[in-house]
Amino acid sequence: MLPIFLGACSTGTVILLPGQDGHRTAVAVKQGDHEVVLDRAYAAATQTPFGPWPYKSTPQEVEAGFGAALAAQPMRPATFSLNFIEGKDELTDDSRQIVESVFSEISKHPVPDVVVIGHTDTVGSDQSNDALSLQRAEAVRTELIRRGVAADSVVAGGRGKRELLVPTADGVAEPRNRRVQIIVR
Amino acid sequence: MSNVFSRHLRVMSPVVVMVLCTSAAATDIGQIKVSNGQVSIERNGRSLPGSVGSRLEAADSLATGADGSVGITMNDNTLLSAGPNSILSLDRYEFDSTTHQGRFDARLKKGTLAVISGTIAKQAPDAMTVRTPAAILGVRGTEFVVKAE
Repeated sequence: MLPIFLGACSTGTVILLPGQDGHRTAVAVKQGDHEVVLDRAYAAATQTPFGPWPYKSTPQEVEAGFGAALAAQPMRPATFSLNFIEGKDELTDDSRQIVESVFSEISKHPVPDVVVIGHTDTVGSDQSNDALSLQRAEAVRTELIRRGVAADSVVAGGRGKRELLVPTADGVAEPRNRRVQIIVR
Repeated sequence: MSNVFSRHLRVMSPVVVMVLCTSAAATDIGQIKVSNGQVSIERNGRSLPGSVGSRLEAADSLATGADGSVGITMNDNTLLSAGPNSILSLDRYEFDSTTHQGRFDARLKKGTLAVISGTIAKQAPDAMTVRTPAAILGVRGTEFVVKAE
């Protein structure tokens, strides 16, 4: 009885928006035992005492009802990928150019925070690759700080071999997988 | 610059890495990136100003006034922004930056909220939820708006 009682005195609306990156998008709206899944742009549901009531919303309704919330959205995170010369721990020429783009992006953010994530290829154990990927990320973090990024706004992490750019079998040396991502947000 | 990079990569021992790893505050779960008008952070019964750059912790609530709006970026790249007269509570937040496993339960007690989901919602269905007084939203991705009245 309780969810129905709460539903009777509370209402609300959920509207799915078109995703910018083209990925599949969906939100499940549950009220007690009732569920409606929104999985298309502008699919919407209003909460009623009888459960979620689906309808099709419009860009005009979104702007009128949510303009202020949408205007306060933070800048979307920007991701950069740096590669190392095979067999060495030096950046490729292309990646050195990318480092300059990272600084240009940082300057656009009012309070930038930067996440540096290391990745390895599939040679070696999970444990050793976790350590190596973090070590690479920490080296890049140190370099960003040396070049003027505030130390408390840069964190480093290692993903080991969990997120391969080029899928390979285990134990394959693949230089494109030995990379560091920098996310500016 | 490549010299500096190579030098650090050679000399950095796992012990040094562990120490550097703790240099970032472990309790931060996100940061206020946009703040307009009256915005406050409610933490442990205290009300703090919600300014651009303020760091957020699990169980924080954000409240906006009639002229207020606030935008925050979470550690997993989830973006949340609330319009005027809103109360948004960050009930539970866990995120492992190595495995990408996590859990995020937010609650919109009143007002309006825009969401762009991040890494946590990608990992598993319903790893991220947004509750309103009337409903529970299971977030599978990626962009939506919610109103609670």
